[in-house]
Amino acid sequence: MKYAIFLGCTIPARARNYEMSARAVAERLELELVDIPDFSCCGFPMKSSNLLSARLLAARNLSLAEEQGLTIATLCSSCNSMLAEEAHRLEHDEEALKETNTALSKIGRKYTGTTKVKHFARVLLDDVGLERIEEAVTKDLGGLKVAIHYGCHYLKPTEIYPDGENPDHPESLDQLVRAVGVEPVPYGMERNCCGGAVMAANENTALAMAKQKLDHIKVSGAKAMTLVCPFCSVMYDSNQKSIESTFDVEYRIPVLFLPQILGLAMGIDRKTLGLNMNVVKTKELTEEISA
Amino acid sequence: MPDTGFEVATGEFVNQVVQELGGDRIYACFECGHCASSCPVRRVDSRFSPRKIIHMILLGMIEEVLQSDEIWLCSSCYTCQEVCPQGIKITDLITAIRNMAFKAGHAPQGVGLQERRISSGGRLYALDDFDQKKRQKANLPLVLSTIDEAVKLLEGRK
Repeated sequence: MKYAIFLGCTIPARARNYEMSARAVAERLELELVDIPDFSCCGFPMKSSNLLSARLLAARNLSLAEEQGLTIATLCSSCNSMLAEEAHRLEHDEEALKETNTALSKIGRKYTGTTKVKHFARVLLDDVGLERIEEAVTKDLGGLKVAIHYGCHYLKPTEIYPDGENPDHPESLDQLVRAVGVEPVPYGMERNCCGGAVMAANENTALAMAKQKLDHIKVSGAKAMTLVCPFCSVMYDSNQKSIESTFDVEYRIPVLFLPQILGLAMGIDRKTLGLNMNVVKTKELTEEISA
Repeated sequence: MPDTGFEVATGEFVNQVVQELGGDRIYACFECGHCASSCPVRRVDSRFSPRKIIHMILLGMIEEVLQSDEIWLCSSCYTCQEVCPQGIKITDLITAIRNMAFKAGHAPQGVGLQERRISSGGRLYALDDFDQKKRQKANLPLVLSTIDEAVKLLEGRK
């Protein structure tokens, strides 16, 4: 199995732990991730100012993967939604595809509308399969209780994810962590947005949104939280301290990217999984697992 | 054009928004409030309401909507869009409004900064030497700092 890995802008610069753990887990599962160095920004951060430019960036990225006949696997949920949305539009709207190709011809590119886009987590679930993942487990995580955050763009808008799941009752991430001996803990507020996209307009509103979820997780009995998007991670991990000081609360909830949890169960070491880069310390958690 | 009872609602602004969206579903809004009650932003900040923004658009309140801070509070989570019983693409609608506000010079500074960064480098963050060294040390493959072809693609597009 071979995929074009799409890192986007945030991950290579600010979430190398996500990238490192995803690559390590992919290697264990014999997933080949092909790097296309010429991938640009997915387009998502330009949506608010210039939707047409955002779409063009997405289309160019799709054409780069098409050239190599590869499905794109994304790690960032916002990259996933931007690329999947444009792939969906160009697959179903001939006129739009024609216009896009007129613009792409300026840089000598062409797109015929065939690239598929999948989030890395869905590659694991749909293409690798739970059985294979279970087989790769070498370490008993002993029913570690974890709170799952799906985030928004991993699931929505549903119209662009034809093979998607019900955003009110998603199951994919629950299934994946169960396969490695982790127990997902219900906490209420599971569907709540992290607030990341509100940071630029109003920091307090954004932090208050993230706080609601952390409040619920704190009393749920979960030992950690797991997620699949670098923006959500900024809100719950990087900003956890400022939420604590702004609202005079205390959480100290470790926030792990999904491949970091999977990797622990596959016996991959902390350094390879980038676990020392998570902002809220994860050492106590991993020592508890080892004990 | 359906009779909304407001003369202004047939104005240029609504037409423009409808055109950007490629549909006229906005006229189907019957003010049920599902969008506002499901909104995670509104749960912590009552200034924000998708319903209010839709209503203002239908009333033709052009300058008020484009200049409001509220349109920038949307987190683009698509919750309202998924629950709207009338099939209005509310999140996409707010994106269209933001594009118009940006062109009119009403966007927060950060939006313009992102636009300029991506237009001039093809990426939101240029990877500096420090980042590249960190990547090398972790055995991660090279990521180009700027993507010239993407810059060329966006050249002259405003």
